[in-house]
Amino acid sequence: MSKLALTTEGDTHIVVTRRFEAPPEAVYRAHLDPELLQQWCLGPDGWTMPVCINEGKPGGKIRYEWSHGSGRGFFLTGEIIELDPPHRIVHVERMHMPEPTPDNRVVTTFVADGTGTLMTMRMSLPDRETRKAMLSSGMERGMESSYARLERLSGWRSAS
Amino acid sequence: MPSSQSLDRTFAALADPTRRGILARLALGEATVNELARPFSISQPAFSRHIRVLSEAGLIVQRAEGTTRPCRLAPGALSELDQFLQMLREALTRNYQRLDQLLTKQTKRRDVP
Repeated sequence: MSKLALTTEGDTHIVVTRRFEAPPEAVYRAHLDPELLQQWCLGPDGWTMPVCINEGKPGGKIRYEWSHGSGRGFFLTGEIIELDPPHRIVHVERMHMPEPTPDNRVVTTFVADGTGTLMTMRMSLPDRETRKAMLSSGMERGMESSYARLERLSGWRSAS
Repeated sequence: MPSSQSLDRTFAALADPTRRGILARLALGEATVNELARPFSISQPAFSRHIRVLSEAGLIVQRAEGTTRPCRLAPGALSELDQFLQMLREALTRNYQRLDQLLTKQTKRRDVP
């Protein structure tokens, strides 16, 4: 069982780490191949990704559109900056709420770890206004929150 | 240090998705009970019970204003940043569970001679 670790780095970044029981090649590919992305990059249950464009090359475009039935949905656009297969993906992305959020530069690395892969994803922490917009639209979409207080009580995010 | 009794109450209050939804809405600001109830298709008595549980757990506070009783998060109960990080965490956790399954399926397929 691999547990996700999500921590903040100062006031500006979020770092996510997760181990997968598959070699870096497979995990790297799953982050670029539209057919694979459509099967896992869906967020909470009940969502689909009817449009998934990822050109998979430096300078290539990214466009993900998520749908929650009956016309409710939102999308993300971005560009790939740098690829070092199968170790590293650098891209920028923005959510359209529908106003675009500030560009988020995301660095994702894949390091062999025994028979598996340790993935690290470092991205910008959105500013307060963007977080509020994302939270509020997340709720409209029926995302559920939040165990935050519970987790703080149990020492989950001791840095704050 | 919270007493174990008040911790029990907090855990119980947060164990329910409707109540977590109410807290997520209140993280954005004060709202009346009617406004809070709108996204949920449950009876008014059942919804009032959820409000009471959250209030007794010290997670929300209510004030009287004419005939309405607007609710807000209790001070220090739940920060907006924690809310956001938790939403992200829940979305990514689900994503990577699905990716685990996908990777397992691929590995199995490769093992077939």
